[in-house]
Amino acid sequence: MKTREYTFFGGIHPRSYKELSNKYPIEEYLPKSQVIIPLQQHIGAPCTPLVKVNDYVKVGQKIGEANGFVSAPVHSSVSGKVVAIEDRPSSSGKLVKSIVIESDGEFNYDDNIKPNEDINNLKPEEIRYIVREAGIVGMGGATFPTMVKLNPPSDKKIDIVILNGAECEPYLTADHRLMLEKPVDIVHGLLAIMKALGASKGYVGIEDNKQDAIKEIRKACKEYEGVEVAVLKTKYPQGSEKHIIKAITGREVPSGKIPAEIGVVVDNVGTAFAIAEAIKYGKPLIERVVTVTGEGIMTPKNLRVKIGTPFRELIEYCGGFKGTPGKVISGGPMMGIAQYSIDVPVIKGTSGILVLPEDMIALKNPKPCIKCARCVDACPMNLLPLFISAYSLKNDFDKCKEYHAVDCIECGSCSYVCPSKRPLVESIRLAKGEILRKGRK
Amino acid sequence: MENKLYVTSSPHFRSEDSVERIMLDVVIALMPALIAGIIIFGIRALFITVLCVAFSVATEAVIQILTHKDVTINDFSAVVTGILLAFNLPVSVPWWIAAIGSIFAIAIVKQVFGGLGHNFMNPALAARAFLLASWPVPMSHFTVDGIASATPLAIIKGTEASGNLPSLFNMFIGLKGGVIGEVSIFALLIGAVYLLIRRVITLRIPLSYILTVAVLTWVLGKNGLFTGDPLYHIMAGGLILGAFFMATDYTTSPVTPKGQIIFGIGCGIFTSIIRLYGGYPEGVSYSILLMNIATPIIDKYTAPKVFGEVKTSEQ
Repeated sequence: MKTREYTFFGGIHPRSYKELSNKYPIEEYLPKSQVIIPLQQHIGAPCTPLVKVNDYVKVGQKIGEANGFVSAPVHSSVSGKVVAIEDRPSSSGKLVKSIVIESDGEFNYDDNIKPNEDINNLKPEEIRYIVREAGIVGMGGATFPTMVKLNPPSDKKIDIVILNGAECEPYLTADHRLMLEKPVDIVHGLLAIMKALGASKGYVGIEDNKQDAIKEIRKACKEYEGVEVAVLKTKYPQGSEKHIIKAITGREVPSGKIPAEIGVVVDNVGTAFAIAEAIKYGKPLIERVVTVTGEGIMTPKNLRVKIGTPFRELIEYCGGFKGTPGKVISGGPMMGIAQYSIDVPVIKGTSGILVLPEDMIALKNPKPCIKCARCVDACPMNLLPLFISAYSLKNDFDKCKEYHAVDCIECGSCSYVCPSKRPLVESIRLAKGEILRKGRK
Repeated sequence: MENKLYVTSSPHFRSEDSVERIMLDVVIALMPALIAGIIIFGIRALFITVLCVAFSVATEAVIQILTHKDVTINDFSAVVTGILLAFNLPVSVPWWIAAIGSIFAIAIVKQVFGGLGHNFMNPALAARAFLLASWPVPMSHFTVDGIASATPLAIIKGTEASGNLPSLFNMFIGLKGGVIGEVSIFALLIGAVYLLIRRVITLRIPLSYILTVAVLTWVLGKNGLFTGDPLYHIMAGGLILGAFFMATDYTTSPVTPKGQIIFGIGCGIFTSIIRLYGGYPEGVSYSILLMNIATPIIDKYTAPKVFGEVKTSEQ
């Protein structure tokens, strides 16, 4: 049987490097001493701390309350004493007010953590409540509060839910391993999301370079109505929300609008797993799978890690650096954030810790644009990156706007293909920021 | 040791592609045609080519040194210009004309406008046009094995009475009058296939160009509609060289997919009109130069529809 494969126009085919870590089962890693839990790990308003220095907290205890609709609470991932509440560098690249907890090594669970009823017996609003209280956010990296997605504007009817298992970023294998090892929970999570939204159709979109995961998820889908695997062609950025929707449903998210506009909600497979665990065990989002990988890591691994664990501990657990590290990146090589310190914590959106050795990060001087148009062919949004970039570098942001700079999804395909090594997405990102800021005035 | 971590914005890795590699690929792709040119026209073809390359590269270096810029001759772009200019010269051209052409191509057409990526016309073609206007006689004196020989296009046009049309096979392998690099269709196609496989070029410009010429020369035949001979027109003159190696010049052709096809069709229309009705027997270089000038405006009006773009309804 030949299954239909879905795809989109544009995009690139970078080497995957997934073989470095995709064979290794997920291992549990428990933090040795301190965890640093930023009060803002999501898009939206930061949390208000619920604890004071010297308080004793337990695993799963809510320690930061969400502020406003677009926000998500945070929970302690260890049991122990709060030793500081102060600004700390976060892997998001910013200084964020964080709760630092000294673990007692006991991992005593909070009494409030108890299993919920079976999905079948839960009402949609109960599912939404569980998701909100569990502090679940988009775990593919965008960290948008999931509760908001489960609560679309009342005039928008959602009929399709897509779980994003594309994992199109090179190097990362966290979602791949999770799909292999926890397929049933992931499908349960999907069913819960569908129920919360009243959607009739659910897909798990997986790239065809993960045949074993496709098989496992397919098996898990068999028992249920309306859920199936959508096999996607391996191409970056297939995991982009807009492009996975386009590939699977043929629908195009209108410029400047959210997927709910066209009746679709997309969540990462890791998010679905977290929802399933929140329902099954009452467990808030206090851990996640992180791929620690790259040529600069001695033994790459996939780890289940408590939120707040410093990068340093995980790097050491994976045998430390191999050679001189050039870059330590939170996330993948295409959209991840380069870190200036390895004392930053794993947060809800940390899908990977990628260490590239010094010789792999060749910082080349840009050459003049030769108008080869590779960026035009690569842009999945059909933009003309070379022109936006040229105007941005001249500070002509009005022109950038005319060329639709704000539609850029910052996937980096243009910079990747550029033979002149020009800072294309870098300058477009700048223009985007300037245009949005001007628009707000 | 983490004090030495590099911090930049994403993406953190990039393709192996480089300007040098692309230009080198073009040089490699031009080699079969150069070998064919040497076999057909003799060793002087090599001499003219080497001379053009040497003068092009030297001009680029001298100007960059004089203007205190980084010397970028190792990017092979001047080499490509040199080879392409030589390919557009008759083998009997005096050496100093070739030298002047090379200097003009690099100094006036390329560097004056800002160097690599900033010229608005194909340097080799602009130089050829300049040479043809300045020294028309030596620039249109074609010989094969030392014997004066009209080009097939001149014969088709009837401007020169000498000789019959060469057979299609001879046209294909290159036994005909013409400039150094244009005669062997066979050799040029080997290079074109190489460029396509290496993804240096796409078929958008060459195919739309060649098809347009084929259709127009067939429809607008000498003896009435649909009596033309498109195969001769495709293989005669510089169409194959121009379509695959010069109209596809990145800097002077559109970047949008639709724009590239319009560019190709435009080149095809001008070439056909010049060949069929113009004063010159050949029109490839002028067509490409004309379309070079139209490139910015083509790009402006052929921007692709942005993903998710909502067309605002017109009142």
